[in-house]
Amino acid sequence: MATEILMPALSPTMEEGTLAKWLVKEGDEITSGMIMAEIETDKATMEFEAVDEGTMGKILIAEGTDGVKVNTPIAVLLEEGEDASAVPDSAPASTPAPAEAVASAPAPAQAKAPVPIVDAPPAEDEIPAGTEMKSTTVREALRDAMAEEMRRDDTVYLMGEEVAEYQGAYKVSQGMLEEFGTRRVIDTPITEHGFAGIATGSSFAGLRPIVEFMTFNFAMQAIDHIINSAAKTLYMSGGQMGAPIVFRGTNGAAARVGAQHSHDYASWYAQVPGLKVVMPYSAADAKGLLKSAIRDPNPVVFLENEILYGRSFDVPVMEDFTIPFGKAKIWREGSDVTIVSFGIGMQYALEAADKLAEDGISAEVVDLRTLRPMDTDTVVRSVMKTNRCVTVEEGFPVCSIGGHISSVLMQQAFDYLDAPVINCTGKDVPMPYAANLEKHALLTTADVIGAVKSVTYR
Amino acid sequence: MAVRKTSKKPNVSKDELLAFYREMLLIRRFEEKAGQLYGMGLIGGFCHLYIGQEAIVVGLEAAADEGDKRITSYRDHGHMLACGMDPKGVMAELTGRSGGYSGGKGGSMHMFSKEKHFYGGHGIVGAQVPLGAGLAFADKYLGNDRVSFAYFGDGAANQGQIYETFNMASLWKLPVIFVIENNQYAMGTSLQRASSSPELWTRGAAFGIPGESVDGMDVLAVKEAGEKAIAHCRAGKGPYILEMKTYRYRGHSMSDPAKYRTRDEVQKVRDERDAIEHVRELLLQGKHATEEDLKAIDKDIKVIVNEAAEFAKESPEPALEELWTDIYAEA
Repeated sequence: MATEILMPALSPTMEEGTLAKWLVKEGDEITSGMIMAEIETDKATMEFEAVDEGTMGKILIAEGTDGVKVNTPIAVLLEEGEDASAVPDSAPASTPAPAEAVASAPAPAQAKAPVPIVDAPPAEDEIPAGTEMKSTTVREALRDAMAEEMRRDDTVYLMGEEVAEYQGAYKVSQGMLEEFGTRRVIDTPITEHGFAGIATGSSFAGLRPIVEFMTFNFAMQAIDHIINSAAKTLYMSGGQMGAPIVFRGTNGAAARVGAQHSHDYASWYAQVPGLKVVMPYSAADAKGLLKSAIRDPNPVVFLENEILYGRSFDVPVMEDFTIPFGKAKIWREGSDVTIVSFGIGMQYALEAADKLAEDGISAEVVDLRTLRPMDTDTVVRSVMKTNRCVTVEEGFPVCSIGGHISSVLMQQAFDYLDAPVINCTGKDVPMPYAANLEKHALLTTADVIGAVKSVTYR
Repeated sequence: MAVRKTSKKPNVSKDELLAFYREMLLIRRFEEKAGQLYGMGLIGGFCHLYIGQEAIVVGLEAAADEGDKRITSYRDHGHMLACGMDPKGVMAELTGRSGGYSGGKGGSMHMFSKEKHFYGGHGIVGAQVPLGAGLAFADKYLGNDRVSFAYFGDGAANQGQIYETFNMASLWKLPVIFVIENNQYAMGTSLQRASSSPELWTRGAAFGIPGESVDGMDVLAVKEAGEKAIAHCRAGKGPYILEMKTYRYRGHSMSDPAKYRTRDEVQKVRDERDAIEHVRELLLQGKHATEEDLKAIDKDIKVIVNEAAEFAKESPEPALEELWTDIYAEA
């Protein structure tokens, strides 16, 4: 049967083109791969190759014709033994219906986001009453979480710079090489891009890596694998294959280490679908959330803080203590204002709440703990009670976590707000080195107190 | 066309030659059909065809064993067909339909098959190389006697992460074969214009990784080199580099007018080095098959490819609810 040759789309955006030149004439033998014509698209002049074999029966569109719509028949190819008389004299009056896929493009407006991930009642205490508590540093809590999970599951391993023989650049992995050996606690060369990729690849094939970045500033070298390789694979594979992996390490400012070692990446990672993002404050949360992160079948970015590593908190003595993602924690209840924070920001939030209480202002302090999924429901419920909100974070002001919370409150609690939400953030400058300038760039408890006084009109 | 001297007196059975012919032809016809569907607007976005390079994946798959893993870039259709993935599922992914390997969410550049140990389909040039070393890391960690193939092009061979990976793969003796598909053009930039040293197979020397240059248009030479590399890996000696000298007949992607090379250059390779013609000659000269036999194979392949195209056109588009699935695995 004669085959119609259609005007091809030769770029992702081409709708019509010019049939610049025919390189074959009627009666020519056509073989697969032969260049039949030159076609000008919206971008370039392209050669148009034959796919089917046969004899050129009829050229329907003359060379030099402009504005030939994609899928218009431009020629007819005859099979062995066919006669040109079988071909109609002119092009069919109407172009064939465009391919169905184009015609029935779905109406995107119908797509609706599912209900928010989190719609739980206020976080109840994960720790049963009467549980024995032990004072533990954040550093020890993180180590205990990794060691417990490695005892539980042989596929969990720790990889990173100085994690093994040096016992961790910040001593988080102290003792782990001794317990688990070189197979499971692996020192890497200083090649973040490469080892993040290797670890991600191993997670595709059944392992559960914990990748320690000495700091998330260095993870900038590896961010392609965190986002393009780890976060997107489950979706791109239609659910066949994902990356159960934890990327952890210090994040944000330490002290006097300059602009390249002080960046807070909370809002960067929180923006990416496919990632889960955790930024704990207390040792108990660090432990319970890291254990959940290691068990999670998805890639988790776990943002720690060098200044908090040495801080001690009560950690429950329990066989298996985990904290679910997406549940904020209310550290203190209050009635006049809601202060929302996470990570080291909580230190300023809690200090401010103490001082504000002395002035008779009752602040409710909410620790988000996980930034993706983010428990905005708890924030909204709190603001419906207090009618005012201040957000606190160390990162930069533009496109911050606080900016997102403000937007959620506008949409879900607009009528409850008695004052504009204020976002307390780090200053919008690269971190300076000079002691006085650095102090000025960082968030302070006084900033939080000032913001609360402003929203409470005191 | 003369039988090339690279594969001396070919030590290959009739059945194997016929299988090579069939598999390479399947890839070529599939890709031609994909190009045609792209022209009809049924395939969108980027579509990178493998035409010309078929001998590489077919030869290496013939050397591999069940359970060996493979990962590649966005020019991935050939790899998927060669490792036994269903042409229907691949074509339906190209048309963005629910019957595609990724349910329409991945497209030409992003397909996977756990069953066939195919780990994608990656769109960031070079990123699949550390990922591939990671697959090998997992096998070594778990004590599996498997090897992984990490395919990349001459363009990717200049990415920094390749060398980070070479270092760790050699340091940790990972059973990974780095397959450099040198088709001589990184999009529109020729190897000579982009690489200070064009001998890509020597790029592992600084890390103690052995390598060799292979005629990537000769499926027999490819298989032989693959067997050697696999034996090296399985013996616990660490990674191996195979530089496959090949050629891509089509543009970098469908929208590439390929003005950076002459039509004669392409035609010369087609006439003198074509991988399928090579096997065809071997079959005919060795009296392993007649013209009629080969015509029958051509016909079979045409049916398979047409069925795949039909399936890809008729498979429904994904349901709108699918927009919101597979973002997170159930914890």
